[in-house]
Amino acid sequence: MNDERCDVVVIGAGLTGLAAALFAVRRGLDTVLVGRTGALGFASGLLDLLGVHPVGGHTPLEDPWQGITALRADQPQHPYALIDNPAIERALGTVLAFLAANGHPYITRPHRNQTVPTAVGTLKTTYALPCTMAPGAMALARRVPCLLVDFHGLKGYSARQIAATLAGVWPGLTPVRIAFPEAHGELLPERLARALDTVPAREKLVAAIGPHLGEAAAVGLPAVLGFYHSPAVVAELQQGLGVPVFEIPTMLPAVGGLRLRELFETALPAMGVRSLWQQWVDGARRLPDGRWRFSVAAPSGEQHFTARGAVLCSGRFFGKGLHADRHGIREPLFQLPVVQPPHRADWHHKDLLAPEGHPINRAGVAVDETFRPVDGRGRLVHDNLFAAGTLLAHQDWVRQKCGSGLAIATAYAAVRACAALI
Amino acid sequence: MQTQVLIIGAGVTGTGLARDLAMRGVDCVVVDKQDVNAGASGGNHGLLHSGARYIASDAAAAAECHAENRILKRIAPHCIEATGGLFVAVAGDDENYITDFADACRRCRVPVMAVEPKDALEMEPALSRRLIAAFAVDDATIDPFRLSLNNMAGARQAGGRLLRHHRVTGFEVHAGRIRHTRLRDEITGRDLFVAADVVVNAAGAWAGTVAGLAGAPLPMRCSKGTLLVTQSRLASRVINRLRRPTDGDILVPGGTVSVLGTTSARVADPDGVYPEIDEVDAIIAQGAAMIPELATSRYIRAFCGVRPLPGDGAAFADGDGDDRAASRGFLLMDHHRAPERLANFITITGGKLTTFRLMAEKTADLVCERLGVVAPCRTHCEPLPDATTERWTQPGLAPAEWWRRKAGGDLLLCECEIVPQSTVDQIVAGLGALGGRPNLNAVALRSRIGKGPCQGTFCSQRLAAYLYDRGHLAGDVGIEQLRLFLRERWRGQRPLLWDLPLAQAELLEAMHCGLFGLELD
Repeated sequence: MNDERCDVVVIGAGLTGLAAALFAVRRGLDTVLVGRTGALGFASGLLDLLGVHPVGGHTPLEDPWQGITALRADQPQHPYALIDNPAIERALGTVLAFLAANGHPYITRPHRNQTVPTAVGTLKTTYALPCTMAPGAMALARRVPCLLVDFHGLKGYSARQIAATLAGVWPGLTPVRIAFPEAHGELLPERLARALDTVPAREKLVAAIGPHLGEAAAVGLPAVLGFYHSPAVVAELQQGLGVPVFEIPTMLPAVGGLRLRELFETALPAMGVRSLWQQWVDGARRLPDGRWRFSVAAPSGEQHFTARGAVLCSGRFFGKGLHADRHGIREPLFQLPVVQPPHRADWHHKDLLAPEGHPINRAGVAVDETFRPVDGRGRLVHDNLFAAGTLLAHQDWVRQKCGSGLAIATAYAAVRACAALI
Repeated sequence: MQTQVLIIGAGVTGTGLARDLAMRGVDCVVVDKQDVNAGASGGNHGLLHSGARYIASDAAAAAECHAENRILKRIAPHCIEATGGLFVAVAGDDENYITDFADACRRCRVPVMAVEPKDALEMEPALSRRLIAAFAVDDATIDPFRLSLNNMAGARQAGGRLLRHHRVTGFEVHAGRIRHTRLRDEITGRDLFVAADVVVNAAGAWAGTVAGLAGAPLPMRCSKGTLLVTQSRLASRVINRLRRPTDGDILVPGGTVSVLGTTSARVADPDGVYPEIDEVDAIIAQGAAMIPELATSRYIRAFCGVRPLPGDGAAFADGDGDDRAASRGFLLMDHHRAPERLANFITITGGKLTTFRLMAEKTADLVCERLGVVAPCRTHCEPLPDATTERWTQPGLAPAEWWRRKAGGDLLLCECEIVPQSTVDQIVAGLGALGGRPNLNAVALRSRIGKGPCQGTFCSQRLAAYLYDRGHLAGDVGIEQLRLFLRERWRGQRPLLWDLPLAQAELLEAMHCGLFGLELD
């Protein structure tokens, strides 16, 4: 039987868990990370901080920091209300610097959200853009005449749809469909991205787009421009075409999320995080001395970790951090109390797109100011268990467009509190 | 616009009537405020009754069902799966009802055969071990969408027309006749006037509303029924509970799924009905007594329909007010003979899916009499043609065709139900032949798109992108179409969101709201 010791076990390997492991190892903690990274494939690669406040309003926030300040006053139970803006900035700054150092720089604007077009032709407001998408925000802001390129065989992405849908706010978009170099039949975004990591494929793509350029002052493509080397791919296309080139977020699962997943999976172990990818904690027990003993079902057999603290970053229903049956919602690993509507009839609105959002999305684990789960009366459940990310109650990351910011900021705060304790 | 007959309502009755009239050489236009089978015709079990269901409550309806069951199996076999059916009782069910059942069937001339419980369990292993009695009957399943679409396509062959998304907003009555019917195009908002020799109100649960616009009082009750679709097919036959009709007592197979229902709840207004969570729980609890697996089965979708029941109910409802005990016969009303004395206005409502053809025949007889047309009905003997553009609701057909053709580049738009681009092309062609334009919901209604486990999360945008690429969508209408499509799917997802479907709904929201912001203006 394999039994190891560590300072902290991070449970869950979505953006929250990955960020928590990063923060923990940076603080010098001996860190074990256990979790499935699959959910990150369903991220777009955009990093939202706060896009909408109050929910139900229709104008996205220009300044997310002002929005967070207002949110804190309006919703004192929101996880953002437990962290101050400088700490959130530090948390984001750490992650963005880490991403840049690992070859994926993001672009932010001081005190401003940015807006980019999406695959359905809507406009998406976000905070940090991968450098491969940032020129799109610029092009949109200036209503630059653009060539929108798509590919035969790429489903769910139509340049014609984007151009037609945006024509009212962004005239001068010209769609064109071309054959992706040396590909036929159905095209899978990840395969295209990996193909473009090679120089010849990029040169052929430039040659294929060139004749259609016309008067266009920028070129928009689906977000498949490279997997490991996307900044270089975009730079090379720009050089070859002589105009700015940008990526437009596609349907999910998206290459933007897969790039992040790959990056973390490579970089964290190199930094010393003991990482058990695609595995899961299936047992948690408190030892008499207060430490946690976790069991992990691994292909090689059961593994055990004894830790002084734990950070639960297991996500919501999609990530399996929460589970619902017909009668209620529970947290399956620690059986933590879950804040939830009293009846299933109150979980969802009859209208999918109800402006105020679905009550179930505000269900979750409630925490104190040190991000430790509490019960219905506000009493601490365990003194060395912390929780972070979308698992937390009193937030609606989808409607508030705050998923990444929430993940990173709460991971930071939870790890900070955990480190202080141990 | 001019026509001999204007038919209001494109459900099974309206479209069946259109074909019947067209076969008699009568020109007609069908209008619907939504689309084909938007009401009860699309919100039912898809059950072709043997008649045994109605032996206790309505002997005449039972006999009608039996006769129509035979006719439809002959003329529309492509819309029917002759599954056969079982009536089963479990320990605790009313023994008197069980004892009288076979005799009551015979009195109504509904064929029935007793089956030993152990044999029934061998025939249908999903049945409860607490089975105490079983009878085999001639139930079958019928695809009401393919039926209506084929009837409409058949009517078109003889000049019949369909106007989707056209709502009747008023009638111009002069000297005891409807001169013009005013329609509003629900998409453009424009008014359209139709001059017809005869106007037939086949608006189902909305028949009372339509009659009211013509100044003709028509008391109607609306009884909502909710149904659930299981992830897999739990039985090969139709399984009925052997007792007086109540909630959750029929399980009907349909391709690779089963449909469990129903409930019966009086509603004041047939618009804005949703499958409710307490109904879902009640159906599952009842159904599980018959098929235990229903308690833990995964459900894909819930839906509901509103049964049109003519009359105010005072004379029909039994002691506990259950509208299922009301007559399921139909009402053919000649408004010329009613106090309002409208010479060219006819209402046909009530009835049920199994007897739609008979309802259409009787209505067409009256219409022809009014028009002075002498031509006999032929829908009981002439097969219903299976139009190539109108058969894509059949489970498994699109995948089979796609596999057979193996055309390079024919991409799958719906990966759950294997619906390729070429199927969408055919559906769009069918809509075009009727003078219509495609939209997401119209294509979904005519195919299996969006009906699999992902309930449209991925195929919605794939279909939208494809329709743009083919030039069928323009401007920014795609956004609103995505919203309408996803909202329609959501109606059926919402009451069933626990376990895995809840996780998938989270993904749906993450993409369509989180990333695409469809909830924002």
